Amino acid sequence: MKKRQRKTPDIKKAYGSWKRNKYARAMEACGPRSFTTVSGRRIKELYTPADLPGFDFFRDLNFPGEYPFTRGIHPTMHRGRLWTMRQFSGFGTAEDTNKRYKYLLAHGQTGLSVAFHLPTLMGVDSDHPLAKGEVGKCGVAIDSLADMEVLFSGLPLDRITTSMTINAPAAILWAMYIAVAEKQGVSPKVISGTIQNDILKEYIAQKTFVFPPRPSMKLIVDTFEYGAKEVPRWNTISISGYHIREAGATAVQELAFTLRDGIEYVIWGLERGLEIDEFAPRLSYFFNSHNDFFEEIAKFRAARKIWAEVMRDRFGARQPRSWWLRFHTQTSGVSLMAQQPYNNVVRVAIQALAAVLGGTQSLHTNSLDETYALPSEEAVTIALRTQQIIAHESGAANTIDPLGGSYFVEGLTREMEEEAKSYIRKIDDMGGMVRAIELGFPQKEIADSAYWYQKAVDAKEKIVVGVNAFEMEHEPISLLEIDAAVARQQLDRLRTVKKSRGAAEVKRTLSDLKKAARDDHNLMPYLLGCVKAYASLGEIMDALKDVYGEYEEPVTF
Amino acid sequence: MPEKKIRVLIAKPGLDGHDRGAKVICRALRDAGMEVIYTGLRRTPEEIVNAAIQEDVDLIGLSILSGAHPILFPRILKMLKNKGAEDIPVIAGGIIPEKDVARMKKAGIREIFLPGTSTRDIVSWIQEHIAGNKKNAEIP
Repeated sequence: MKKRQRKTPDIKKAYGSWKRNKYARAMEACGPRSFTTVSGRRIKELYTPADLPGFDFFRDLNFPGEYPFTRGIHPTMHRGRLWTMRQFSGFGTAEDTNKRYKYLLAHGQTGLSVAFHLPTLMGVDSDHPLAKGEVGKCGVAIDSLADMEVLFSGLPLDRITTSMTINAPAAILWAMYIAVAEKQGVSPKVISGTIQNDILKEYIAQKTFVFPPRPSMKLIVDTFEYGAKEVPRWNTISISGYHIREAGATAVQELAFTLRDGIEYVIWGLERGLEIDEFAPRLSYFFNSHNDFFEEIAKFRAARKIWAEVMRDRFGARQPRSWWLRFHTQTSGVSLMAQQPYNNVVRVAIQALAAVLGGTQSLHTNSLDETYALPSEEAVTIALRTQQIIAHESGAANTIDPLGGSYFVEGLTREMEEEAKSYIRKIDDMGGMVRAIELGFPQKEIADSAYWYQKAVDAKEKIVVGVNAFEMEHEPISLLEIDAAVARQQLDRLRTVKKSRGAAEVKRTLSDLKKAARDDHNLMPYLLGCVKAYASLGEIMDALKDVYGEYEEPVTF
Repeated sequence: MPEKKIRVLIAKPGLDGHDRGAKVICRALRDAGMEVIYTGLRRTPEEIVNAAIQEDVDLIGLSILSGAHPILFPRILKMLKNKGAEDIPVIAGGIIPEKDVARMKKAGIREIFLPGTSTRDIVSWIQEHIAGNKKNAEIP
């Protein structure tokens, strides 16, 4: 220790003199340029031990699988098992998507990830007036258990894991999945997967909310409580920074708001009387991997470190599993460009590599055509192949946390950790994330960042290849088209389901659900009752809207 | 030239909640000296048309990323016509496949701005094509 303390000031001094005498002089000839990340963070010309005063290997890094997990949550990381290659996918009818799932699994994908169409995300049926033009467009149309049965037909739910991107109606879609498993003869005790179920980031960024924040939080805690007992291998939430980033947040805002959302869920779970070590191991995270390679890697590392500290020291969790920040990553959709779309393959590869070097547990790589439409089969295959090339050819998975110890990456990790903690404290002081959302705080911060970035691109302070520099004409690419017949087929099935089910049973289960909601019971058993009676998603949501009301966002820009 | 500020309604039809682009455009138009009214999310064609008429806007800008534009854009245009407000020009932006662009323009959308468009280009387009007073508007 003594030796290091003597050494650091010397490096600092030597660095100062190098910078003045060598670097600055040579740079004079180079003309002014700014060196900032995509988030506007200023990056120095060089990082040295002087950027890491007091750096302690065991406290700041430690070994993989050891607290604070900066280098990864598992002792073996990608050497023991590669990340799960999980392409988010869904379009058209349940039949169309079931076919795509079988295609992806046949080509080496290792987990499923369901994209629902917007009416399902908003909890309305395909025959609702707001669903006009939307059926099967942004994902697969699911109106009732009958659709869900088709979606997973021939896919053994005891052997695959499924992630479902669903939020406001998450508990209902999860109930449908559990019901499908039971029909396949698979016990809920063994099924595994994730529901996104993260409503806070919906108010903050993605905006597919239905109920007001407080009843929404109650529903989420219901899934924590039910999952811990009945579906123990299920991740009942995927606390998501992805959409926060896509909406315009900087890397630090993504990190801070997402972790503060996580803290909020823990607080609400504890208030219900749940044991921290009972539900914390089932919390999982979902981050964006954007363009700035090193900033993203630092973000993932800082996230693990902050979460471990929060769980152990703030909440007193005792199980190391509760300290783990397990995360899925998706490459950045908003970074993809319509111009010269094949360039997107390169952007995705760099972003995916950052996620792998940052220690992700699973990964979705975007397809090159996603600025136009849902991906074609050809485009999604290239996206999957990108992951396979990183896994098997690049050597990136050969050693754990290969950038650990880099002065730059450690310096960035520390900087982002400090900045995120300061945001977290600010939101604590406001009274928590639900309150901060009601005050419009994260929404405003994100809108400011988005506008700053757009102005920087417009002024060419930020170069976007093919968009504001290196422009050229390109041939249109072939795209996936959703047949107009999809809406017709979907409406037909919905009508058939409604005709063939037991009307009295639907009525009874819906009325039981409403009563349970009014009496503030855990709603999961009641939701299971409704879906098994083939009540439609829209009917179930309407019953809950009667009790909880709907959220109206204040309109600002 | 009349001094009246150009009034623009930025509207979000469709079920998607992607409002980053719409909000950035609102701010850019406001900073360029226009009066901007933003509808908020998930507005039906009827709500959008009613808002445009009530607010007496010079231009409607539609932002949509859900893929429902082939249904929703023509409905909005038709509804404007039915209410005798087809003189309010409509422009659009979002995720719109190139081959839909020609179709939508033929249906009556004046201009479509695809991802990557500079806000400066949108501002200049509006300044060039929309005068502050509808009666003096020069629309190609």
